Amino acid sequence: MEHLASRRKLWYTISLIAIVPGVLSLIFFGLKLGIDFTGGTLWELQFNQSVQSEQIKEVLARGGFDDSVVQLSSDKGLDNNVAIIRIKELKESSDQKKAIEADFTSSIGPFTELQISTVGSSVGNEIRNRAILAVFIASIGILLYIAYAFRNTQNPVLYGLCALAAMLHDVLLVLGVFSILGEVADVEIDALFVTAILTVIGFSVHDTIVVFDRIRENLARKAAPEFEEVVNYSLAQTIVRSVNTSITVVFTLLALYLFGGESTKYFVLALLIGVVSGTYSSIFNASQLLVSWENGEIQRFFRRSGGSSGTRSVATSR
Amino acid sequence: MRIRPWHVLIFIIFLTIGSAWIALPGTTLDVGGIKENVTVHEGLDLQGGVQVLLEANPPEGQTVDKDTLNGTRNTIERRVNGLGVSEPLIQTRGDNQIIVELPGIEDPEEAVRVVQQTALLEIIDPQGQFLPEGSLVTTSLGGPESLNPVATPDLGTPANGASPVASPIASPVAEVTTTPTGPVYTTIISGKDIDDAFITTNALGQQVVGFRLKGSAADDFFKFTSENIGRPMSIVLDKQVISSPSINGAISDQGIIEGMSAQEVSNLVIQLKAGALSVPLEVVQSRTVGPTLGADSIDKSLIAGGVGLGIVCLFMIIYYRLPGVLSVIALLIYTTVTFALFKLIPVTLTLAGIAGFILSIGMAVDANILIFARLKEELRTGKSLAPAIEAGFDHAWPSIRDSNISSMITAAILYWFGRYTGASIITGFALTLFVGVAVSMFSAITVTRTFLRLMIGAGIGSHRKWFGVEDLPVAAAPSAAD
Repeated sequence: MEHLASRRKLWYTISLIAIVPGVLSLIFFGLKLGIDFTGGTLWELQFNQSVQSEQIKEVLARGGFDDSVVQLSSDKGLDNNVAIIRIKELKESSDQKKAIEADFTSSIGPFTELQISTVGSSVGNEIRNRAILAVFIASIGILLYIAYAFRNTQNPVLYGLCALAAMLHDVLLVLGVFSILGEVADVEIDALFVTAILTVIGFSVHDTIVVFDRIRENLARKAAPEFEEVVNYSLAQTIVRSVNTSITVVFTLLALYLFGGESTKYFVLALLIGVVSGTYSSIFNASQLLVSWENGEIQRFFRRSGGSSGTRSVATSR
Repeated sequence: MRIRPWHVLIFIIFLTIGSAWIALPGTTLDVGGIKENVTVHEGLDLQGGVQVLLEANPPEGQTVDKDTLNGTRNTIERRVNGLGVSEPLIQTRGDNQIIVELPGIEDPEEAVRVVQQTALLEIIDPQGQFLPEGSLVTTSLGGPESLNPVATPDLGTPANGASPVASPIASPVAEVTTTPTGPVYTTIISGKDIDDAFITTNALGQQVVGFRLKGSAADDFFKFTSENIGRPMSIVLDKQVISSPSINGAISDQGIIEGMSAQEVSNLVIQLKAGALSVPLEVVQSRTVGPTLGADSIDKSLIAGGVGLGIVCLFMIIYYRLPGVLSVIALLIYTTVTFALFKLIPVTLTLAGIAGFILSIGMAVDANILIFARLKEELRTGKSLAPAIEAGFDHAWPSIRDSNISSMITAAILYWFGRYTGASIITGFALTLFVGVAVSMFSAITVTRTFLRLMIGAGIGSHRKWFGVEDLPVAAAPSAAD
């Protein structure tokens, strides 16, 4: 426990191992975008009997949608009686929709409409742009806030950057997992997912700040001569508390995942992964990066030359 | 007078009782009917309903200015009120869009139809012909291309499924499936000349639309009808003929429109009373949730919330012992106050919002844990209880403040993101998170601290073991309250 910061190469490796599969998946497969981003219609119908995708697709084709994706799921004790349809835009309350509904009733049977969402493609683009912008603004906002909160240390922006790097780690992890899920289980990204990402960002930073705060305090008290030792000491002090905080959140999220409604399952999953990752990154990434910077490792890594080591004096707070 | 812990405790007790009273479902214990307007505002995904994003689609050459958009928004609001939806949401977005949310509405398709149709009513002079119902006409106020494609009979979307947002300005002919080349009929009166519209019955007992005209228009109508007795007049809605009755006698200010179903009659009355839309609107995004989906989810969320809360409380007691118990009480108070706030503000509760609330329960404990961890440390350094508590709080506060503020920044950005994607689902989550974090800060600082301070005063919990701290090995065992 006492040498957490000293073993940072180990933690970096673990982080990389965790992230790499996800990132590879992101590069090759990307994310499965839902209609919130691509535009189109998502239509969920619950029939009183089992249905087959071919039946559904036929009706849709007759209604003018040759290109349709139909997923079946089961509900209320029946097997395969819920059809989740994805098609190009179908206008709510249009005659076309009425015709297709009548066709469903006559050729297959009565149904209840669970939900229908339609997004015009231009709106989809708008949502996507807003999402990216939101994540960007959140990152900058938090960076600025941390730099401000830690303004009386020698290098406030450094703290902000390390927190940001840890946060990036968490976001990449969640994105990676969902890229894999998208490929393997057809899990889609929607606007709610973006909400989860932003929440993860908030929580990750929340946790990192508490750890940094302890480091700052110990630096001020000159708890140890070397920066690395101060960080070690701080981490040893805060790790229990950090884990406990996350455990409580994980408990509540787990309860939500296991007992909560279907439509938020993946939302909660994204939050779960993010929160666990956030705790890990605060302790094993953010703080280690601080040490790496102070010891000049990062500068050396980028310079790739043996030359000037560029070590700075041990950080002390004013 | 110094504010002593006892004062704060009394305040907390009142706050809790007040919140619990508000938080209780329905009108339990309603005193003076105050609670009637304080209900849980359920979002779309909990009670079902429809949310649409309408975009102004002005005919070629025209642009939409702010006044027009606001006027259109007001017209829609009048129509929505006519539908009798409780807690609708109608707001403009950007410079050419309007968001309409109708929670709990029973027939979403009809509602969207009522809201979105331009509903321009005209009575025209068909020049002696009985125009067939359903035909498109061009009037002196414009032809079908002056309204958006939906005004024309919907014969299917264009083959490539392109969104009509690829504007009609570019290719009006492509959108309008039949462009009548025909005579331009004179419009005698139009919707804005109508003073009032109402549902009435005709001689055959069928439901029809009754209308009354305003002053000068009544004169015009009188002139037209008296000059054309025995000839037809055509009643046109959105450039489509809905009926062509004969003029049996001169009419001045009252008339009826018949030949429609009861549903169509009531829709048209709503639209006439509210006025026609000054610019055609198009649905670019819509979301309809059936009510069954919602009811299911509420039950599940309640269970999840209960289980989550239960586990957290258990954990706190086991790990932190006496302070844990205190924090559990503080947590319960937190839950009550937050929920009451949701009802009061009001915050529209969606599934995601409930998730945010449950999440914030987990995070609310965070501040307590921070304080207790510090407390343990301070006790271990040999301080006695009272100074340890104060020192614990003082040291924990910067962390609590900074970390919660960053959560609030995120919540604020989320709110902004939600506003602009027209999703009350996201704004609901952002609000619940924000309120949750704020209340949790308050709860930890005020409630937990007061409880701990009171414990000192009351002499309870003077044993360090109750705080999970080992007794000091040396003879200097701390006394109860220094």
